[in-house]
Amino acid sequence: MSEQTHAEPITPFRVLVMVWVALLCATALTVWASTVNLGRLNVWLALSIAVLKSSLVLAVFMRLRQESPLFFRMFLVTVATLATFIGLLFFDVPFR
Amino acid sequence: MTAAHLNQDAEGSRLGMWLFLFSELMLFGGLFIVYAVYLARYPADFAAAGHELNSWLGATNTVVLLTSSLLAAMAVSAVQMDKRRLAVALISGTLLCAAVFLCIKYVEWGAKFAHGLYPNASELSERPHGQILFFGLYFMITGLHAVHVLAGATLLAISLGLIGRGKITCHRYVFLENSALYWHLVDLIWIFIFPLFYLIV
Repeated sequence: MSEQTHAEPITPFRVLVMVWVALLCATALTVWASTVNLGRLNVWLALSIAVLKSSLVLAVFMRLRQESPLFFRMFLVTVATLATFIGLLFFDVPFR
Repeated sequence: MTAAHLNQDAEGSRLGMWLFLFSELMLFGGLFIVYAVYLARYPADFAAAGHELNSWLGATNTVVLLTSSLLAAMAVSAVQMDKRRLAVALISGTLLCAAVFLCIKYVEWGAKFAHGLYPNASELSERPHGQILFFGLYFMITGLHAVHVLAGATLLAISLGLIGRGKITCHRYVFLENSALYWHLVDLIWIFIFPLFYLIV
């Protein structure tokens, strides 16, 4: 039976808790940002904070930064595919 | 032992899990694209409908899910450090958070149903078109998300059993890693649901 122990790094509790605190702060920031009226910018601000939060979750909680580069490249392909769909859609919808 | 003789490849298992998670991202991504199109078309209706959601309950659920993700990530580290009892406690904490999340979701949906807001309800169908679409997307996306919460909690509960039976150890814990990955995906999706539905202005 294979053993996983030797190759794989252990994320210390301290790092995980620090990320959790950062995520809570970002959540508070999102809630606060929604009380300020910036018009259309509100959605973009909320999305930017959400992207920051999800990057932390992906990199540390989901350990993407410890995986081989292949995992990250596959993730980029997924994001690029979604972005392509969104891009094409907003090329189409506003001009109907 | 050379790699060819190993009957389990942890990295390969995780890669498979990630491939599945990417397909999940595309699934929710598609729904968010629908949301984006209708938000662009009915911004006022979306803001009016969004204000009817309880943003405090939404924020509470965000904190609950972030905490559950922390506990799941700590559980993987605990198993790696061969601290089995700590890992069991941490996974139990994650499951507790999952239960709290679903209870709050139940209260939220119940309040909406009581106000005649559910798909195809007569009170909802009298509303402006954009609001009908908003609530349709709200129930679809949060409902699908709740199904994922149940699936993730089931995987973590199975992991708990496997730790108890000595099938997940500090030498072999990829099942727990993959369950935790799935759980983090649930958290990841909620990170986008929360501002887009509860905080939309």
